[in-house]
Amino acid sequence: MNTEQGPLLKASNLTKSFGGVMAAFDISFEVRKGELLGIIGPNGSGKTTLVNLITGFVKPDSGRVEYRGKNITGWAPYRIVSLGVARTFQMVRPFYQLPAFKNLIVPLSSPRVKKLAGGKYGHRDAVALDLLEEVGFERDARVAYKSAGSLPQGYLKRLELAKGMALRPDLIILDELFSGLSLAEVASIVPIIEKLVLQGKTIIMIEHRLKELFRIADRVMVLNFGEKIAEGAGGEVMESDAVKQAYLGSET
Amino acid sequence: MKRRKERIDRGIKARSEDIFALTSWREMLYLLAPRALPVVGLLVVIPLTSAYWQEVFISTAVYALLAVSWDLLISAGLVSLGQALFYGVGSYIAGSLNHYWGLGPLLTLPIATIAGGAICTLMLLPVLRLRGIYFAMVTLVLPLMLLRLVEATRILGGTEGLTGLTPFPSPTFSLYVIQVALLAALFGFRRMMGSDYGLVIKGINDSDRAVMSAGINIYWRKTQVLFLGSSVGAFAGAFGTHFDMFAGMPGFALDYSIMPVAAAVVGGMGTFAGPLVGAFILVPLSEVLRALGALRIVFYGLFLVVFVVGLPEGIFHYVQRKYHQFERWVVVE
Repeated sequence: MNTEQGPLLKASNLTKSFGGVMAAFDISFEVRKGELLGIIGPNGSGKTTLVNLITGFVKPDSGRVEYRGKNITGWAPYRIVSLGVARTFQMVRPFYQLPAFKNLIVPLSSPRVKKLAGGKYGHRDAVALDLLEEVGFERDARVAYKSAGSLPQGYLKRLELAKGMALRPDLIILDELFSGLSLAEVASIVPIIEKLVLQGKTIIMIEHRLKELFRIADRVMVLNFGEKIAEGAGGEVMESDAVKQAYLGSET
Repeated sequence: MKRRKERIDRGIKARSEDIFALTSWREMLYLLAPRALPVVGLLVVIPLTSAYWQEVFISTAVYALLAVSWDLLISAGLVSLGQALFYGVGSYIAGSLNHYWGLGPLLTLPIATIAGGAICTLMLLPVLRLRGIYFAMVTLVLPLMLLRLVEATRILGGTEGLTGLTPFPSPTFSLYVIQVALLAALFGFRRMMGSDYGLVIKGINDSDRAVMSAGINIYWRKTQVLFLGSSVGAFAGAFGTHFDMFAGMPGFALDYSIMPVAAAVVGGMGTFAGPLVGAFILVPLSEVLRALGALRIVFYGLFLVVFVVGLPEGIFHYVQRKYHQFERWVVVE
């Protein structure tokens, strides 16, 4: 099995229903190393479920997920993270009682980080502060020392991103990172993502902010009612009839 | 001329536990005093009290250990309503080792602590995935089941229990054993929760999914916490057994489950010191109220209600906040 040639992540025929609702139906897609794949779709189209299926938070009814050619279907989330797949949550999940930089101690305490650092954790606080500066916590303003519970949404989203980056992943899945942010805030986060791409990270972005997404995504996949209805370059995809119908409704 | 009370937080310098605090005696004292208080109180003041009160304080310390153990579990989001499980298992292990094999307290205490912790952890392992009230229900039911099991099968002495066990060499000895153990648990757990290891545990309580997605096996971490917590409880049980020279069904009694929760709520959860303070208020109070006879429970309950309503955050949180604040009157126009 040659893992370098094939796709980094490959999902085949993923299906999951909750009660009678088909949250994912027969979804197959691939991501190559270094690619930025966007996933879009109307509300309730199964985007977050797809992320949960890939990252092990939800077990699929059928289908399989392969990472670097290895079958990871049904693995526990922490094991999938250990392989180098990180995710952020749409609803931010900070550790509210802790100062912002201490939030990063949790991912920095993971076995993966220890292994990558050669068996030693090193000075975690310093690493955490550097990471936060990278995602835009101004060091002079000492925002990193404020408790996570007191931070505005914009910082919480950045913190969420930093928590993913702290794991030094190869594939990072961003679930609606831009939602709830102002245009200016989005504009300040885009360069961070572009930098991650330059570093050779593979990125999957779930997004509602199409304009910003299309600018940076290599390829976009569209979901509707748990099914994949289109795939291709950002602009083209929106021209497809199925996609227009999903977003604007049909005329009949 | 109107006056108003002004509250100011003390400088971060004195409050940080960093090296900055070591620059003056005043600041060092400021940090040391609250830490020296329990040590002096438990190891110096209590041994000076009468034999009767010493005995009260020994059983207080047993409850305090159970409360500290409860507080550790709650830090990881594990709500335990069954501290009696730990107490009873520890008690029966120490009791049987002493009764059937003749081992002395110096051996049974460490064995019961570790084996008791392991057994309780194994018993609760299948339900570790349950959260909140679901986990609590199982912990509540387990000791009651074991209680009836002993009664029905007549194992381990049945309803009679195991009597005539070896006592500690002297009352003073037992007093120091339990107080030192309590201080070790208090400072050990406080230190642990302040470390990066404890930070992850707090994280599990805050958002277990976020910790999972940080690549950490939360069930393994919870198992470790459960082992630590139940070991402390089992130690309390083993100690109580040798102190009472008796191991029996009362070890699984509801008292051991309820009192630690009450102590933690009154004292202030998540601080370890709070539950300790709570236990040292509630247990002696219950002794003092003995004079009231049947009305004892009424006054005891009344006290609990007043406390929970008046100071819902718990004594320790309140005192800690006040300690870190100046208050002064200022004149306003």
